[in-house]
Amino acid sequence: MTEPLLRMTLIGKRFPGVQALDNVGLEVLPGEVHALLGENGAGKSTLLKVLSGAQQPDSGTIEFGGQRVTMTSPHDAQRRGIVTIYQEFTLAPNMTIAENVFIGREPGTGVFVNWRKMAVETRAITTQLGLQLRPMSIVRNLNVAEQQMVEIARALSMKSRLIVMDEPTSALSSNEVAKLFRIIRDLKAQGLSIIFVTHRLEEVMQICDRYTVLRDGRLVGSGSIADTSIDNIIRLMVGRQVNALFARREKTDPGEVVLSVEGLTRRGNAQDRNATVLADVCFKARRGEVLGIAGLVGAGRTEMARAVFGADPFDSGRISIDRRQVHIGSPRDAIRYGIGLVPEDRKQQALFLALAVRVNLTMASHDRISRWGIFMDEEAERAMVEEYRKKLNIRMASPEQLIASLSGGNQQKVTLARWLALRPKVLIVDEPTRGIDIGAKVEVHNLLFEMASSGISVIAISSELPEVLAISDRIVTMREGRVTGEIKGEDASEEILLSMMTLSGKTA
Amino acid sequence: MIQNALSDAQAPAKTDVVGFLARFAPLIFLIVLMAAFAIGEPRFLTPLNLFNILRQVSIYGLLAVGMTFVILTAGIDLSIGSLVAFAGLVAAAVSKGGISNRFAVGAGQEAASYAWYLAALAAIGVGLAGGFLQGIAITRLKVPPFVVTLGGMSAFRGAALLFAAGGPISGFEPNFVWMGQGRILGQVPVPVLIFLTFAVLAHFVLRYTRYGRQVYAVGGNPEAARLSGLNVRVVTTSVYVIMGFFAGLGAFVLDARLDSAEAVAGTGYELTVIASVVIGGTSLFGGVGTIFGTVIGTILIGVLLNGLVLMNVSSYIQQIIIGIIIVLAVAFDTFAKSRRRAG
Repeated sequence: MTEPLLRMTLIGKRFPGVQALDNVGLEVLPGEVHALLGENGAGKSTLLKVLSGAQQPDSGTIEFGGQRVTMTSPHDAQRRGIVTIYQEFTLAPNMTIAENVFIGREPGTGVFVNWRKMAVETRAITTQLGLQLRPMSIVRNLNVAEQQMVEIARALSMKSRLIVMDEPTSALSSNEVAKLFRIIRDLKAQGLSIIFVTHRLEEVMQICDRYTVLRDGRLVGSGSIADTSIDNIIRLMVGRQVNALFARREKTDPGEVVLSVEGLTRRGNAQDRNATVLADVCFKARRGEVLGIAGLVGAGRTEMARAVFGADPFDSGRISIDRRQVHIGSPRDAIRYGIGLVPEDRKQQALFLALAVRVNLTMASHDRISRWGIFMDEEAERAMVEEYRKKLNIRMASPEQLIASLSGGNQQKVTLARWLALRPKVLIVDEPTRGIDIGAKVEVHNLLFEMASSGISVIAISSELPEVLAISDRIVTMREGRVTGEIKGEDASEEILLSMMTLSGKTA
Repeated sequence: MIQNALSDAQAPAKTDVVGFLARFAPLIFLIVLMAAFAIGEPRFLTPLNLFNILRQVSIYGLLAVGMTFVILTAGIDLSIGSLVAFAGLVAAAVSKGGISNRFAVGAGQEAASYAWYLAALAAIGVGLAGGFLQGIAITRLKVPPFVVTLGGMSAFRGAALLFAAGGPISGFEPNFVWMGQGRILGQVPVPVLIFLTFAVLAHFVLRYTRYGRQVYAVGGNPEAARLSGLNVRVVTTSVYVIMGFFAGLGAFVLDARLDSAEAVAGTGYELTVIASVVIGGTSLFGGVGTIFGTVIGTILIGVLLNGLVLMNVSSYIQQIIIGIIIVLAVAFDTFAKSRRRAG
């Protein structure tokens, strides 16, 4: 057995309210591709941040190349030969490839940059990677795959010994993935080690030598890929008992279809004009049911919700309400047709932190509480606030206190109340219990049940599988902007959902 | 599973010192300042002097009321001084029945001139148009307000200079002049009355109408406002139109008070007006502020300048003091905002 290149032992890291890492270990051998696996929130990112020096562990040791080391900063880790390539690239878009490769380490004397040397060395590295890129091209004009190669070239130019790739394939086409894998195999042959983080388990089987699985901040398994199977890994990733805290709702008969989405397609995001954001998304939501949308981070769930609500534009597709096709070009349109959206980021997208609870709660319902559409009817407004304070059990000292002074759970209830006051036909809730404590979570779940019982079609997006399982009558899974399957709530389990979410196009 | 152990327990509404200060600091500061000047200079506290102060600030005040709408949406308008000059010249020309009559004074020319209210309408019309143009540039071309109105500052001043190529226009009909120089009940200057009337109106709009609510929402969190179904673009455009209205009205009152209009009128007004609004507690980050605060802020600056004049402090030093006060007011605003975020 060869001596490992990297050995992280008993790493612990605590954040307020949560043990992010609990005595986690990770060993990477020289010249291997090591898969680091786990669900959303399992602790992968935290572990990588500790490894890259971005965060300091509370306990534990790191040995690299046989020596005990302390990473004080990302720069320190890079100096020792550990380079991390993040999902969001850290390239300077308006500079050349060569400048990006050598950023902060430009060759030359004094304050002058030796452009020729920089270009020649960049060319040498890209050729070694089998790329045909001109060192003086501007990075902005490259596609995502090429930009990723620039990141890899930068890592190589730093004489790295360990490259960490965080979801490197999530934005790539299958051709580009094949190319990336060829490069990874080359790097491996040169003796470099690679930590490969991905949600695509087929790729793990294809390219990785060994794996480590984290769950809820703990190490739950590690070993050789040759000795395991996808099913085995999924079992390790899920592993826990179905959470008894989240009670399932009694089964109900779904009503008629309220919302129908067909062929919803959108290409292009801020980073890449050709990225597939949504591809031919189809689903139906029925009156009186909770439809769960499951998928990993980046699966296109939020993008789908925002497109249906008119918050983001889409390229093609049909949206029908009550079997009538409608045009939704803005949130105003969506609201007119009876669609509401509780967005995923409460503080950035929902709350007016400097305003009172009362004003926050009634923000979408000015039609109902104004006289002649011009003057606010404060009496009616206070009555509305009081009605929903009681209904949703919102705990506040006064409707006039600032929303910022409420707890996360009560803030979320105010946001829900804002939409309930509109009496929507369809309410989309995106991560409805993010950042609120367990008691408030259960309350929010019960509220979603009540809404469904009152005839609203509730569409719930959640990254927590136990939550999706507990609240949904029906579950649609997504991956990379596509719907990959649909299953009844009572037939689903974490294992089934995870395989639907991670494997391509399989319907359970 | 528990991502963030926020306590759900009810936080008692504890006395919020910073919030209290943010609300009443301008008023307290004003009272302290007036007391200090009253002790140092006996002439300060006479009714004549106090009404003089109010008359001096009434044009700044009108502009500050409009600027409050703009700053509430986290915008800014640097063009108002130039717009005042341009609108004032147009109003003067209308009053004189045309630009060729610029120096004509007295009864002989009255046949060719128009009534004061047509002059007022002309000034306000120019203001509305200027504000609308800038609002459209901000919301449709997506150019930041700072840049658009910096452009407007130059363009409107250029328009004013072009319009007044031959020099100032002066000598208006008596009713027009009364709007700036007259007094009601022998005491209250007419400009003060105009200022306070529109301040009350604006307070009512912001506090009690749906539109006012939308202004605060768009300023506080434009994305959340959009997702709540508000028409953020229309609201944003509208505050520049309102600002334009007040610029036109201010130009009319300024013409009347000086009995003259010239192309360099209003130079530097934007700084004093923005200072008044910010000192009055309106946040440059948007979403926080009141007309009451702006009125207090305006009077505060007026009192400060008046007191300094009475105490023979040089006008250069006055400028230095105003500059320092603006920076301190914004520093306090930043501090208050960081506390809100933390909440």
